[in-house]
Amino acid sequence: MESLMDKCCTQCRHTPATPCSDYVNCRVEGPLCHDDPECKNKRREFLDHIVTKPGSERKKVVLCGGLNCGSAGAFGLADVFREEIENQGLGDLITVVLSGCRGFCEQGPSVIIEPDRTFYRWVTREDIPEIVNVHFKEGQVVERLLYQDPQTGALCRTCDDIPFYQRQMKVVLEHCGFIDPENISEYIAVGGYRALAQAVNNMKPDGVLEEIKKSGLRGRGGAGFPTGKKWDTARRVPADKRYVICNADEGDPGAFMDRAVLEGNPHSVLEGMLLCAYVVGSDEGYIYVRAEYPLAVRRLRIAIEQAERYGLLGTNILNSGLNFNIKINEGAGAFVCGESTALMSSIEGNRGIPRIKVPRSTEKGLFGKPTVLNNVETFANVPKIVVNGGGWFASVGTERSKGTKIFALSGKVQNTGLVEVPMGITLRELIFGIGGGIKGGGKFKALQIGGPSGGSLPEDMLDLPIDYESLSGAGAMMGSGSIVVMDEENCMVNMARFFLNFTERESCGKCVPCREGTTRMLEILERITAGNGNLSDIPLLEYLGGVVKTTSFCGLGTSAPNPVLTTLSYFRNEYLKHIRDKRCPAGECVALRQFMIITEKCTGCGACRYLCPAHAVSGEKKKPHKIDKDVCIRCGRCYEVCKYKAIKRR
Amino acid sequence: MKYSCNAQMEEDPTLNAIVDLYRNKPEQLIAALLAVQKHYGYLPEGVMRSLAKELKVPFSKIYGVATFYSQFRLKPRGRHLVSVCLGTACQVRGGEGIYRRVKRELGVKLGGTTPDGRFTLETVSCVGACGMAPVVIVNEDTHGRQTPEKAIKVIKSYE
Repeated sequence: MESLMDKCCTQCRHTPATPCSDYVNCRVEGPLCHDDPECKNKRREFLDHIVTKPGSERKKVVLCGGLNCGSAGAFGLADVFREEIENQGLGDLITVVLSGCRGFCEQGPSVIIEPDRTFYRWVTREDIPEIVNVHFKEGQVVERLLYQDPQTGALCRTCDDIPFYQRQMKVVLEHCGFIDPENISEYIAVGGYRALAQAVNNMKPDGVLEEIKKSGLRGRGGAGFPTGKKWDTARRVPADKRYVICNADEGDPGAFMDRAVLEGNPHSVLEGMLLCAYVVGSDEGYIYVRAEYPLAVRRLRIAIEQAERYGLLGTNILNSGLNFNIKINEGAGAFVCGESTALMSSIEGNRGIPRIKVPRSTEKGLFGKPTVLNNVETFANVPKIVVNGGGWFASVGTERSKGTKIFALSGKVQNTGLVEVPMGITLRELIFGIGGGIKGGGKFKALQIGGPSGGSLPEDMLDLPIDYESLSGAGAMMGSGSIVVMDEENCMVNMARFFLNFTERESCGKCVPCREGTTRMLEILERITAGNGNLSDIPLLEYLGGVVKTTSFCGLGTSAPNPVLTTLSYFRNEYLKHIRDKRCPAGECVALRQFMIITEKCTGCGACRYLCPAHAVSGEKKKPHKIDKDVCIRCGRCYEVCKYKAIKRR
Repeated sequence: MKYSCNAQMEEDPTLNAIVDLYRNKPEQLIAALLAVQKHYGYLPEGVMRSLAKELKVPFSKIYGVATFYSQFRLKPRGRHLVSVCLGTACQVRGGEGIYRRVKRELGVKLGGTTPDGRFTLETVSCVGACGMAPVVIVNEDTHGRQTPEKAIKVIKSYE
C-alpha cells in the first residue's frame, strides 16, 4: 500500500476494470469486505497523515499555493520547509503540502499548520527555521508572524480567530487551501466522492435531480438559471448522446473564484460533473478552461488522470453502469467564449461566435446533441447538496437566491481576496465588514459588481442585499461575482471607458448593435475623457446604450452598456464636470488633469525635477519646486515618485 | 513528402508529430494551433497552410480562427513576453500608468517587439491575480504589487 487509494491486501479486488461499489467508503472506513485489524491499521495510518488529529504529534504544514501567494514566493517555500524539517530531525512527523488558494490574498504567502490551524502570514524564506524550531520543537507560536486584527489589535492564533474568515460561510471553498489539490487521497479523506458513491449506489437519477431542484441552486456563472430545470430539460430530450460541459472560461477581469476552485479543489468539480452525467445520462464531458490559467489546467489534468486511475472516471464507475470521461479544452483568449453557444462553437474548433438561442443548448448543443453547461462554482456545489440534502442548501440564502456565493474582492479594499458568504448579506457587510474597508484610508466611491457586464453602484446602494434580483434591479448584475472597489482617486467616466474598451475589443462582430454600438459609445467616451465632449453626448450615450442593450444578439452585447448606463445614472455629475468644466475630479484622465506642488510640503529634494521627462519642474535644491503648467505633459511621474505627498493631482 | 509549401516542416520532427496527432481532426484545430505556437512562438503562414491540408480544413477558416483568439500571434515575438495586466482590479490600482510607462521605456507599440528582439509588449485582461494588483507578467512569471518604477526594474532583469 503506497497511498490511501491502494488496496490493503489481496482480498481487495477493486480496479478500474473490476470496480467495487464500496470503493470510496472502503478507503476511509475500510476495509469493508473483510475484517482484518492489520488492514484497518494501515488505512488509519494513511488517514492520520492526511487529517492530523488535535493533540497528535503529527503536524502538517499547508502552504498556500494559489497564484497570489505562489507568485509572492510560496511556490519556492515548500522545499525550504522540507529541508529545514529534515535538518532539525523532524522528517517523520511533519508533512508539507502545497494547497490551493485560501482567499486571504492580502496576507500571502500564508501558512497554516494543522491540526491546530495556526495561521502565519507574510512568511518568507528567512522565517522558516524559526517556525520549525519554535512551533514544532518548542511547541510555541511565532507571534510576530500572526495576523493582528487592525480594529482590536488582538493577535489571531488560528485562522478561525481571524474576522475575515469568521464572517464567511464556506461551502464550496470549505477544503480549498487546506488540502493538496494534486493528491486525490486528500479529497477522499475529507469526504470527497462520497456524494457520487451515495448517488450511484442508493439513489436513482430522479432522486438526485429532485434534491437539486429542492435546493433551489441557480447557475453561478451570472445569469442565475435554475440548475435543476436545466438538467431536467436536457434529460427529457430524446437523444443517443448527451454532453456535460463545465464552463471554466472565467474571462471577466476581476474574477478569480473559478480559478481558485479549479486550483484548490479540482476533484469537487469533477464530482459535480459526474453527478450531472448520472442525472442526465451523459457519457462525455468537457471542461473549457482559459489558457491564461496554466496552473488550473495542470491541476485539472492531474485530477482527471488520478480519477481515471482509481476508476472514478471511465467505464462502469463504482460498478453502477455509469460511464463518463472528461476532456479538457483550452480556450485561446476570447471573452465571448464564456457565452454558452460561443463556447460550444469553440470546442467544435470554430471561431467562438454565439448562435441564436432557440433551440436552447439543452436541446441542441455541442455537436447538435443535448448539452448541459454549468459554471465551475455550480458544479462544485452539487456534491454538497447530494450529501447534505436539498433542504439544507435551501435553508441558506434568500427567498429566491439560495446557498452561498463566492466573491472576488479587489481594487481599493483592505482585504483583497476570495470570500464566500450566504446570499442575502449586504454589500456594506461585504466591503466594510469582511473586506475591512478602504485601503489607505481613502473614501469609498463606488463598486463595480459583475465585471464589464455589471454596473457601478454608489455608496447609498451599499445596503442592497446580494441576490440575483436586487442586483439586476439596480442596473448591475451578480455576474460571476467579481467586486472591484473604487475610491475618490478613480474616475467613473474613465472606468466606463475602460469597460467599453474591453467589450468593444471582445465583441465577436456577428451582430451590428454590439459591433457598431460599442464602438460608437467608446468613441464618445474617449472624446469626453479627452476633454472634447459636449452636452449632447450624454443623451446620445443613453440612447445608444438602450439600443445595444435591447437589440444585441447575446449576453455580451445586451449587458455591455451596463457600466455606462449605471455610471450615467449614479455619477452623472462627473460626466458634467468632464464636459462642462473640462476637469477630471479624480485626476485620472490624462488630458484633463493637472499637477501642482504644495509649497508647504515640498522639501526640495529634487526627485521630481530629476525624473520629469519634459523638464517642467524647476527649483533650487532644498527649496520648494514649481511645475510649469505649459510644459507639463501630465504623465504623473512626479506624483508617483514624491515621498512627501507634496504633489497634488486634480 | 507532401509538405510542398513549406520546407520548414520537412525538417521539423516536432511539427510532424503535432500534425500526426491532429490529422483529420478538424474539431481539434484550436489545440493544434496552440501546439504549433508553443513550438515556434507564433503561427508561421506556411505552417498554417500545411495544417489546412492535413486537418482537412480550409485555410480561410484557420486564418479566421487564428485572428479571432487573442492568444494567437502571426508575427514572431521577442525573447521575453511582457504582458501588463489591464484587468479591472489592476486598472483601479494604476495598471494603465504602468502600461504607459513600460510602453515608453521599451519604445514599442502594443504587440510590438523591441529592435533587439529582447521584449514583446502585450496587455492582458486579467490573469486572476487581482489580490496583488497591479501585476506585470514576464513570460510565465507573475509579478505583483507593481509601480511604474518597479515594473521597469523587473522587466530589465530579463536579459
